[in-house]
Amino acid sequence: MADRTPSAPARVAVRRTYKLYLGGAFPRSESGRSYPVTSSRGVHLANAALASRKDVRDAVVAARKAFPGWSGRTACNRGQILYRIAEMMEGRRAQFAGEVAAAQGMSEARAQGVVSAAIDRWVYYAGWADKLGQVLGAANPVSGPYFNHSQPEPTGVAGILAPAGSPLLGLVAVLAPVITAGNTAVLVAGERAPLPAVTLAEALATSDLPGGVVNVLTGRLSELAPPLAGHADVNALDLAGAGELAGELEELAAGTLKRVVRPGLHDDWSAADPGVARIRPFVETKTVWHPMGV
Amino acid sequence: MPDTLPSGSLRACLHGLPGVDEVGVRRRAADLATRSIKTTAKRQAIDLAIRMVDLTTLEGADTPGKVRALAAKAMRPDPADPTAPAVAAICVYPDMIPVAAPVLAGSGVGLASVATGFPAGRTSLEVKLADTRTAVAAGATEIDMVIDRGAFLAGDYRKVFDEIAAVKECCGPAHLKVILETGELVTYDNVRRASWLALHAGADFIKTSTGKVAPAATLPVTLVMLEAVRDYHAAGGRQAGVKPAGGIRTTKDAIRYLVLVKEVAGESWLDPARFRLGASTLLNDLLMQRTKLGTGHYAGPDYYTLD
Repeated sequence: MADRTPSAPARVAVRRTYKLYLGGAFPRSESGRSYPVTSSRGVHLANAALASRKDVRDAVVAARKAFPGWSGRTACNRGQILYRIAEMMEGRRAQFAGEVAAAQGMSEARAQGVVSAAIDRWVYYAGWADKLGQVLGAANPVSGPYFNHSQPEPTGVAGILAPAGSPLLGLVAVLAPVITAGNTAVLVAGERAPLPAVTLAEALATSDLPGGVVNVLTGRLSELAPPLAGHADVNALDLAGAGELAGELEELAAGTLKRVVRPGLHDDWSAADPGVARIRPFVETKTVWHPMGV
Repeated sequence: MPDTLPSGSLRACLHGLPGVDEVGVRRRAADLATRSIKTTAKRQAIDLAIRMVDLTTLEGADTPGKVRALAAKAMRPDPADPTAPAVAAICVYPDMIPVAAPVLAGSGVGLASVATGFPAGRTSLEVKLADTRTAVAAGATEIDMVIDRGAFLAGDYRKVFDEIAAVKECCGPAHLKVILETGELVTYDNVRRASWLALHAGADFIKTSTGKVAPAATLPVTLVMLEAVRDYHAAGGRQAGVKPAGGIRTTKDAIRYLVLVKEVAGESWLDPARFRLGASTLLNDLLMQRTKLGTGHYAGPDYYTLD
């Protein structure tokens, strides 16, 4: 018996819905809207969710809720989970490569290279997770019978505007250091090419990363960035993809004294060894004085 | 004053009440909960909800310091914004009344005490009455009593009625709120009967829950209780109030209750004298939403007190 009879109808395609990633779930936008996403050559690829400021609000609530749990994990465990993210991305390599190639208009081979670099970036930061304290902390010499030491602690909830020109590698390059330090994140994907971010969210959801640690929004930067920058429950803001909005957003962020990373700072996404440059802005230093016995 | 019911007719009266259409009540509550309240209406609703809050702390770990802080917060919920109204009352255990009374003196904020062996109510009538008298003597202006759910479920309505009436007598000028603990009454029919029972016995308010039993306040239960006070008033009785308590944490929840009050009981119940929200964490969320409407930016919990 043949598998296919001549009269069998063509199979109906099962198309993927590109949704938001909020608190570990994949909802559509609260507003119910979506927008078309095209490739670099203008070919329609898919419709992505067009998030609203209320999705920003919900994402911040989810990130805040996830913060005590994530920051309370041992650094070692965070490193293991970051490595697991790399493993999950590896399994979806073809999907990532296809999306990157379409979004950036590059050849399949070059796209494969970008995906490899993105995966390696997770492995790189997985290694950093339990070494931050040694590099950013210190045992401070003081004039008195005290042992005085400083340790980095996560800042809290970070808002991240992913860089526009590098929808996968750039996104991983700004996201990974933030969660490595134990922060939780609300990530606004690049407006024009959000599909790799949605696929990354699906990898994150299957990688032991607790729900709410990373929340991914897709939509208009001009609609999502101001409420995020002005939100009093967001502690830090990475403006990598802010473009010409950067000045206005910095002003909004100043209203609640957020830590702000300006665009243009260390944003060579292909550098394989970025060090702690993108981690340092998202930690606070706690210094403890401990009396020394004789 | 308690109504004078002919002896023996209490059971007949309560069982003569029409049964509650359970599916209908749930559906109506869910329908009303979808109503959208925005902009200026939302601003008004938030301020009204703040004025209706009974700011509550009922923990074994309550300290005099915590109660004083709570009283200060009740009088001026948002220190950064003097236009934020004061809450209706604070609600504490009876032994904390002497601590809170001097702080609230002259402020217009009520001082409610739970009494009668809160939350289980498993104690003798003498102890319950002594509990009430002590709280009133110490300066409580409102008493939140619990009913004997065991007696109610066993069908001993007379005992429950007499206890409420006795406590009401001990209250003197203080308002009496009767906690039905709807989570333990099981059915909506029981909630309706207990509501009417408490109203007949002299309750100024009927209150859903102690907050110690799950489920606490729900929209359908509150709907049944609002119908009871409305019908009791329409039948020529006092205009009593309703207080859902426990589990109301967000502004959205609070506004849903206000919609319910307006649609079920009527506009004259949209007043802190006739409707209260028993809550502790709700106030901060109301203040955050209020700030959001004022500044246009989402507010964060770091900017408000924890208790």
